[in-house]
Amino acid sequence: MATAAITAEREHYLNKEYGIRSWLLTTDHKRIALLYLMSITFFFFIGGFFALLIRLELLTPAGDLVQADTYNKLFTMHGMVMIFFFLIPSIPAVLGNFLVPIMIGAKDLAFPRINLLSWYLYIIAGVMMLHCIVTGGVDTGWTFYTPFSTAFSNTKVIEAGLAIFVAGFSSILTGLNFVVTIHRMRAPGMTWSRLPLFIWAHYATSIIQLLGTPVLAITLVLVVFERVFHLGIFDPTRGGDPLLFQHLFWFYSHPAVYIMILPSMGVVTEIIPCFSRKRIFGYHAVALSSIAIAVFGFLVWAHHMFVAGISLYSALIFSILSYLVAIPSAIKVFNWTATMYKGSITFSTPMLYAFGFIGLFTMGGLTGLFLSALGIDVHVTDTYFVVAHFHYIMVGGAVMGYLGGMHFWWPKISGRMYPEWLGKFAALIVFLGFNLTFFPQFVLGYLGMPRRYWQYPPEFQVLNVLSTAGSTILAVGYVLPMLYFLWSMRYGKIADDNPWGAAGLEWKTTSPPPTFNFEETPEVTWEAYNYDEIPAPVEVSLER
Amino acid sequence: MSDSPIAVEQHAEHGPELRHHFETAEQQRNAASLGMWIFLGTEIMFFGGMFCAYLIYRLNYFNEFAAGSRSLDVTLGTVNTMVLICSSLTVALGVRAAQMGKRTLLVILLLLTIVFGFAFLGIKGIEWYDKYKEHHIPGASFDASDLIRDYPQIHIDPSHEQLYFSLYFAMTGLHALHMIIGVGIFAFLTFHAWKGRYTPHYYTPIEIGGLYWHFVDIVWIYLFPLLYLIDRKPLG
Amino acid sequence: MSEHIMSSKLYYGIWITLMILTVVTAKVAFIDLGPFNTVVALVIATCKALLVVLFFMHVKYASEKLTRMVIISSIFWLLILLFLSLADYSTRALGHG
Repeated sequence: MATAAITAEREHYLNKEYGIRSWLLTTDHKRIALLYLMSITFFFFIGGFFALLIRLELLTPAGDLVQADTYNKLFTMHGMVMIFFFLIPSIPAVLGNFLVPIMIGAKDLAFPRINLLSWYLYIIAGVMMLHCIVTGGVDTGWTFYTPFSTAFSNTKVIEAGLAIFVAGFSSILTGLNFVVTIHRMRAPGMTWSRLPLFIWAHYATSIIQLLGTPVLAITLVLVVFERVFHLGIFDPTRGGDPLLFQHLFWFYSHPAVYIMILPSMGVVTEIIPCFSRKRIFGYHAVALSSIAIAVFGFLVWAHHMFVAGISLYSALIFSILSYLVAIPSAIKVFNWTATMYKGSITFSTPMLYAFGFIGLFTMGGLTGLFLSALGIDVHVTDTYFVVAHFHYIMVGGAVMGYLGGMHFWWPKISGRMYPEWLGKFAALIVFLGFNLTFFPQFVLGYLGMPRRYWQYPPEFQVLNVLSTAGSTILAVGYVLPMLYFLWSMRYGKIADDNPWGAAGLEWKTTSPPPTFNFEETPEVTWEAYNYDEIPAPVEVSLER
Repeated sequence: MSDSPIAVEQHAEHGPELRHHFETAEQQRNAASLGMWIFLGTEIMFFGGMFCAYLIYRLNYFNEFAAGSRSLDVTLGTVNTMVLICSSLTVALGVRAAQMGKRTLLVILLLLTIVFGFAFLGIKGIEWYDKYKEHHIPGASFDASDLIRDYPQIHIDPSHEQLYFSLYFAMTGLHALHMIIGVGIFAFLTFHAWKGRYTPHYYTPIEIGGLYWHFVDIVWIYLFPLLYLIDRKPLG
Repeated sequence: MSEHIMSSKLYYGIWITLMILTVVTAKVAFIDLGPFNTVVALVIATCKALLVVLFFMHVKYASEKLTRMVIISSIFWLLILLFLSLADYSTRALGHG
């Protein structure tokens, strides 16, 4: 990594050691975060590539770009790669790994070697998944429903299942590391009530990873056993129940969506107070709402199975519980809004992403409530309404939060500023591209277009064309930050220790930080988000 | 690691096992212990998925589960349970020996634990071989006709019977895999104990290895009645 | 974690208790207690597990609240999986399936 001559004298984590071994054998959480950054970006573009092929096929009503079986593989690979190899690791493995120790005043995570192991497990899983893709792929949908996946599919189900199994262990170990770190490694004076809410969000996320992922792991093992040994655990012709698979699968996969969104909410909760120059409104409510989401999130999984054949009575229970889980999320939205009220707002790039998050996540979340209502779900389940709902949350929510966080902490991570005007421009492109891609899908679903179909009735074409047009704009919006972040590493303005005038221990150390994060272990005597004491920074320059 | 005076001073105060991102040996020990307990929590959920499958199918196919359970050897199962309990004793005594700095005793107890582990796996192997001979291994050669013949008073659906044995092998197989890993861990611990690495000041690996072993024992404590003792009432 | 050194006599006592409970479990299974066979078996298994956790794993004497929280949460989460799944299976036969 090249650094300008000005910073060459000061030693920090990037220039402490050079050479590929110093990166591949590192136990420094900051370097591991960058290793993850490169890996997940790679998989993001793989998953995005599949998305573009899907949207290309759906430009026309006829199935004319690919065959039906291939289309099944496209949406399956898109889902598996995006969920397991991009979304679930993204913020925790990149921003979490980088920031959790620094934010609490520690020198590293509790188990640095296990942290490196997590990354290697992720890479092994990634290689397995890539091999699976290039040797034919999987066509079961990312949901692996039985008995198709166990008895009928002729694709590489076993390999994909095992790849995700390995990725799951990467996820579990990251969660374990975070929980132990947050409990045991806080600096003197860093009480639970002084922790940044980013930490609370990652704590809650880690709990979900720890308690949920093992169930996915055993379920995939059972699917593999069934395929290999022809057991009948999920096969109705052999006495098994396909719904048991779905119960076990969704027991993890629903909380998994909270793994994907909670860290993003944590990012937004750091950005908004900074660019409103105000303490977060309702610190404890926001902290506890993260824990509440983690807990309630485990009680709602069968809302994915309303029409699958579960009993009506259990459907009622899960429907009510699904309404409950929306409440803590709503609390966060109110508190973000209340924070901004009478604040001094700066429309920086991170803040633009945070605004985008609040609007789009709210829409995604509210449409989730529509889906929780049994009467509505019966009509729109397995249609594009569901697809739009979860993309509003995963892309409009989680990915926007991820990009906002990358921009917010980029000066800290790299020691450089990205070009602000380009950042704002890309944020706008992402927002416009996103809405054009996914809003039409709400309408399509409501009108009855099923999901996972490779051809559709001609009356749906206009909306599909709009959606595909949006996806190309969105793709541009995603490529731009990658390019200008890379550019900034050599040519970007050198960053101050605290270019945003933000609160938090990470801004009290240098940009980039030294290998052990602080020159001296900090001692915390102030409350979190003490924006009344921190002077606002000089206006962010629009040059470069 | 910077060479500031503070760092050099702190460096002098601790033993070689303290990793530098920790402030004190106690912090390191507490972190390791919490880490292992959380890992065991994840293992509860890992096995738990299969317990869920077991629960659902046992409720729905009780007859077949009862018949399958009766085909297991209660004596071997009981002996195996006792073998594991003995191994937990040797583990607990081993931690105590480490706390008291008794190196030879520690090594002997760790070796005994491994012996008990192998004994358990050996008996399990015998049981599985019996199942193989009786054609109770799920798959192409599965044959429940012996059970159908032995229990004419209940209706046995062969596919449901196969489900019982699928779960039997999956659950005892996963448990045995954890035992094998445990034996491997204890071999590692025995080697290092013999080399004198563990002292009353530093015996954390023994302690957390012990926690893992006890957990594997507890899983079996539940597997035994759930698999072997479903319905052993005298037949009318 | 634990500086408290337990007496070996206590360990042997727990060991004997566990062995006895094992034999009891096996023997009681052959007695007809109707639906209570399962209950008794699980209760005894839980007693054994508790003895291992509290004494062999030192939770009774030398652990902090956090350790207990981890244990209780994990068991509670397993129960969520079991009971909410049962909520479906046990009500399927009622009315609309």
